[in-house]
Amino acid sequence: MTPADQDSNRADVGSGTPPVIAPGHTFGSVTDKISAIVLTRKTPIGWWFGFLIAFALMNVMMVAITYLFVKGTGIWGINIPVGWGFAIVNFVWWIGIGHAGTLISAILLLLKQTWRTSINRFAEAMTLFAVACAGIFPIIHTGRPWLAYWLFPYPNTMGVWPQFRSPLVWDVFAVSTYATVSLLFWYVGLIPDLATLRDRSQSPIGRVVYGMLAMGWRGSARHWHRYETAYLLLAGLATPLVVSVHTVVSFDFAVAIVPGWHTTIFPPYFVAGAIYSGFAMVLTLAIPIRAIYGLEDFITLRHLENMAKVMLVTGLIVAYGYTIEAFIAWYGGNKYEGFMMWNRMTGPYAPVYWLLICCNIVIPQALWSRRVRTNTKALFVIAIIVNIGMWLERFIIVVTSLHRDFLPSSWGMYNPTIWDWATFVGTIGLFLTLLFLFLRFLPMISIAEMRAILPEAKVDEDLRVI
Amino acid sequence: MRISSTLYGLMAEFDDANALVAATRRAHDEGYRRMDAYSPFPIEELHEALGSHHSRLPLIVLIGGLCGCVGGYALQYWAAAIAYPLNVGGRPFNSWPAFIPVTFECTILVAALSAVLGMLALNGLPMPHHPVFNVPRFALASRNRFFLCIEVKDRKFDLESTRRFLETLEPREVSTVAD
Repeated sequence: MTPADQDSNRADVGSGTPPVIAPGHTFGSVTDKISAIVLTRKTPIGWWFGFLIAFALMNVMMVAITYLFVKGTGIWGINIPVGWGFAIVNFVWWIGIGHAGTLISAILLLLKQTWRTSINRFAEAMTLFAVACAGIFPIIHTGRPWLAYWLFPYPNTMGVWPQFRSPLVWDVFAVSTYATVSLLFWYVGLIPDLATLRDRSQSPIGRVVYGMLAMGWRGSARHWHRYETAYLLLAGLATPLVVSVHTVVSFDFAVAIVPGWHTTIFPPYFVAGAIYSGFAMVLTLAIPIRAIYGLEDFITLRHLENMAKVMLVTGLIVAYGYTIEAFIAWYGGNKYEGFMMWNRMTGPYAPVYWLLICCNIVIPQALWSRRVRTNTKALFVIAIIVNIGMWLERFIIVVTSLHRDFLPSSWGMYNPTIWDWATFVGTIGLFLTLLFLFLRFLPMISIAEMRAILPEAKVDEDLRVI
Repeated sequence: MRISSTLYGLMAEFDDANALVAATRRAHDEGYRRMDAYSPFPIEELHEALGSHHSRLPLIVLIGGLCGCVGGYALQYWAAAIAYPLNVGGRPFNSWPAFIPVTFECTILVAALSAVLGMLALNGLPMPHHPVFNVPRFALASRNRFFLCIEVKDRKFDLESTRRFLETLEPREVSTVAD
């Protein structure tokens, strides 16, 4: 990075690229503007509208899961040969979305990309909620979810232990570690802001609740020093973790011998896909939120454009993954692999495959144009298309490989039922419900970090001699 | 030492980060040691100005990570080779390559927990109440004001002379902090 680039990351940027924070803000104004969203007495009517829709959708999930517990997984479209249906498709989709938060928070922090500051908090929240949605699916897919704790190693009277050679057990460790570390990262980042809310809250309940959550944070220089050390170390730990999680998820497939799954390209291509869909989800949420809450000063076009660029790059890596997958299926000379790819492109699920190529590869090429990248409406539409495309990708990977594998006599078709759809749509409801609660009760932008990127935060002792 | 039971220290309030860093440095030069500076965002120079040393946190995290690593592997070895040996396709009971992912996850998990819990423990948090909160204007320490507090426990502390010293630093205000 050249000094000029570094300079452009600072708040006081000149011409050309839009700044990461609009000029004219002070410590006080940044604090007031962000904390007012939470502490303001009146909840916007739009919030209630959105929350109620999300809450209703979440109840669809509750009904679907209740019925599942009563009847069993037979209410879903899964069968033999397609034993992995929507549950796994949705699990991989949600966990992929959950990757952007940690990527933005940890990797961009280590790379000193200050533009991450105004989007990291809600990207981390989004990660947590997405991981929560993801976690539901493997548990309910076990068939007897009340025994899901058997996946963890604990001394038991049966004398049995988990099979540690299985990627499914690796997955339990990877996802639960990821959920825990993401929660820690998010909470540590929140502590100084919770102290701000404690000090600024007008209501006694607010003061007590935020005060307890802030744990008595008082901004001491010694505390800040350890805090920053802890935050950087967490970022350093979360960086290999985020890469490992989707790698382990891809092992669930790649370690199997099913054609279309048994591929060494899966880990890197899954990680790229996860970042791709994660950034698409951050954009899907950031664009309406900044408009509704009037946060254009803090989440500027610069942020949106940078995220669009990350999407473009990871989208191209994903495109490379698809290409190599198809190439190796032909070049490898394995007739099962070859048939799998031919079946994907021309078989019964071909329309889904081509729709996926269209959503993930063709349409996002519009992001090469700066005009598209800085047009919020176009960006929003492309982000939604990528979200859909990434879901279709997981559907294709799971279903087309299973439904026609080695023996034609055991071929079959997979058709999701209404309960599959209800559970999936329901988790979107859960995700949005949690997101609305977060927007209402916690600062969606890190106040302390925003103060630190203001020009006046730079200490220059020569200016003041006592 | 009559005052020490009712007084925690003297606190000066500043408008900007530069003033606080300069004041802290001056106080340190003057010989004050039992003091702390408070700011609404992390200021690297402030830690140096207080004359503080390196944190032990990285060592705690390293030890935590190593414990997670060894513990994670030991758990799998014990489960797969001793407690519940299962012959899977003739593979060795201690099939170490298959144990790497979980070992890695355990390393990260314990290291991250040590980072957070270690940071909180070294900082003495949670601590719901602290004497500095007795100063009403201290609520602004989490918004846009900067504070320097010299504690009664300091050897050089004297109510009159310390107050006079703080006044020379051109603060907005000097207030007494009740214990």
